[in-house]
Amino acid sequence: MNKKLANWGNYPVIEGDEETFVFADQLDRLIEKEQPYIARGNGRCYGDASLAERTISTLKFDKILSFNIADGVFECQSGITLDQILAVIVPEGWFLPVTPGTKFITIGGALGSDVHGKNHHVDGSISNHVIEFDLVLESGEMILCSADNYPDLFEATLGGMGLTGVISRVKFRLKKIETSYIKQKQVKAKNLQELITLFDTYKDYTYSVAWIDCLKKGDGFGRSILLLGEHATINDLDEGKKADPLKMPGNKQITFPINMPWWVLNKLTVKAFNFLYYGKNFKKEINNVVSYEPFFYPLDKILHWNRLYGKKGFVQYQFVLPLDAKDGLIEIMHRISDEGLGSFLAVLKVFGKQESMISFPKEGYTLALDFPVRNGLLEFLDELDKIVLKYNGRLYMSKDARMKPETLQSGYPELDRFKSIIKKYNPQGKIRSAQSDRLLLTGTK
Amino acid sequence: METVLILGATSDIGIATAKKFASSGYNIQLAARKPAELDAVKSDIEIRYKVDCTIHAFDALQFHSHAAFFERLNPKPDITISIFGTMYEEDDAFNEWDLTQMMIDVNYTGVVSILNIAAKYYTERKTGSIIGISSVAGDRGRASKLIYGSSKAALTAYLAGLRNKCFKDNVHVMTVKPGFVYTRMTEHLPLPKALTSTPNEVASLVYDAYVKRKNTIYVKWFWRYIMLIIKNIPEFQFKKMKL
Ligand SMILES: Cc1cc2nc3c(=O)[nH]c(=O)nc-3n(C[C@H](O)[C@H](O)[C@H](O)COP(=O)(O)OP(=O)(O)OC[C@H]3O[C@@H](n4cnc5c(N)ncnc54)[C@H](O)[C@@H]3O)c2cc1C
Repeated sequence: MNKKLANWGNYPVIEGDEETFVFADQLDRLIEKEQPYIARGNGRCYGDASLAERTISTLKFDKILSFNIADGVFECQSGITLDQILAVIVPEGWFLPVTPGTKFITIGGALGSDVHGKNHHVDGSISNHVIEFDLVLESGEMILCSADNYPDLFEATLGGMGLTGVISRVKFRLKKIETSYIKQKQVKAKNLQELITLFDTYKDYTYSVAWIDCLKKGDGFGRSILLLGEHATINDLDEGKKADPLKMPGNKQITFPINMPWWVLNKLTVKAFNFLYYGKNFKKEINNVVSYEPFFYPLDKILHWNRLYGKKGFVQYQFVLPLDAKDGLIEIMHRISDEGLGSFLAVLKVFGKQESMISFPKEGYTLALDFPVRNGLLEFLDELDKIVLKYNGRLYMSKDARMKPETLQSGYPELDRFKSIIKKYNPQGKIRSAQSDRLLLTGTK
Repeated sequence: METVLILGATSDIGIATAKKFASSGYNIQLAARKPAELDAVKSDIEIRYKVDCTIHAFDALQFHSHAAFFERLNPKPDITISIFGTMYEEDDAFNEWDLTQMMIDVNYTGVVSILNIAAKYYTERKTGSIIGISSVAGDRGRASKLIYGSSKAALTAYLAGLRNKCFKDNVHVMTVKPGFVYTRMTEHLPLPKALTSTPNEVASLVYDAYVKRKNTIYVKWFWRYIMLIIKNIPEFQFKKMKL
């Protein structure tokens, strides 16, 4: 049955089918059909990557296959979400090796986007921790991929936005933890320059990310809070917490009920939000021990917070610039603050080194911000793209709903190799998404 | 720890029900026609809920195998839940006897065959529970559910009779009547959201009702009233309606 499909940004919205499967042979039958398709996880990418007229949802293919508690190797079907994995591994003293800012994504989606977390500079992206996976091609053939087996397919699938096939099973390594708590440090930076110095000072912290006020001009341009963290050891806990060091956080949630009209998000509200945020963190530095939940997933408490951006939806813009391109970062942030199109969230992070074919992360600064969809926005973002490319940067496909094929081509030097691998393994071109059509990744229909 | 037998464990409601009981600490016996498919469900249940889970081959249509099937179960289940059923296009079934017979045999004869055996065991033991998944479609015969509805009507009557028969022996029999449910069987249908439940909702309601030892539940509850209205339409009028 056709229904309206959209991802987290609610932009674009398309008419499409969402077909499900519980058992492997049901997936085979879906793949046998003639109509093109794309794999779909929990739709937490922002744009059109997992949208198509026919999507194959993995959400019911969510079984845990093995969990070795001694060595932390976890094996599961691709549709399980990270929150379900956490519920099983945390009580046993293990954690996700890499996690994005929401736990409501599938492990298949995590590989499809090769997601990064606050620890990229130390642990790399999720692909660093993947031992092997099964990939089902358009022919229905299932291929076991690892660094040694079909290495080209392995590499092209990690970050390949579902275009090589449907990942059906994943085996990956977990990270050992003593407690479910994070020893967190928040440091205020009065401007961008100070923030960049602070990132360097604290580069040995496993987790780091900064929240930036993108609208502030003048001396305070780029004022921000740097959030740092380490997994707490037993000794970091107070007596109360020591009693149950691997305690799971409660899962109380609030649902954001309605779509807000876009004007709620004018400059004033953004400023008010920033004011509140800073008010709470009055001191220069705060040190405390918190559950992993608020540290990694501060927004997951509010289900459907994306409705805050109104019916027209929003676009998230995330780019990375090389470390020596600080000027580019400043230039882009100036453009954003001049334009005043508002961004509720602006997140800055430093990526460590990463060499891969199609994954987004590479060494440098990555900034992510949201823009409610309105007239003039797409033209404005095209302008920003030019600056990103001028400084040798690139955009994250997982957040993208609008970039031009040339922008992608310039940002990803190995794009042609990626396209040729797609073609080699899926010559009929049956695997395609709204995004791959827009970006001319999968040839003409 | 008590054990639950799930007959029809590869269905969406079967898996959801197995998980629901497992999450409440029950050991699980999964039974289905294609047991190989259940390996992943078994590992999933064992790892998530730390209970025992076993897999058993069960074919609803092999009536004469049912006694041996039940005999081999070790331990014997404390609760037997029958979830399997099948639904064909009614027009196809009307034109092809094999399909009609298949629906009757799976949805009614097969269930009666295995539940008779379970009921016998429970009544002798003077304890035990039987839960049967019927359907609101069994509440009144109508054209669009001609064979399916009548097979479920028979099942509903059987479960009511069984409840009556087993009561004195302290055996609890519960009838579950779901309305619309989102499953793979129905994913191509445009179901009204407000009236439709997910398999997880069905499983939760079944579990809660089991704990309260209910006799008959509708899923969701308002189907009881919808069906009450439908049952009360006079036949001279009903026969003219397109339902
Ligand atoms: C609040 C929030 C915070 C976020 N923070 C971060 C962050 O910190 N870092 C980061 O990297 N990302 C982040 N993201 C983005 C998100 O992690 C990715 O978009 C992720 O891929 C979404 O996974 P999903 O399961 O929802 O898949 P979808 O969004 O449905 O799909 C994403 C892509 O993966 C492909 N895919 C999905 N399943 C499979 C499969 N089984 N086989 C093959 N391909 C598949 C799809 O085709 C699509 O191209 C964030 C998103 C949100 C909403």
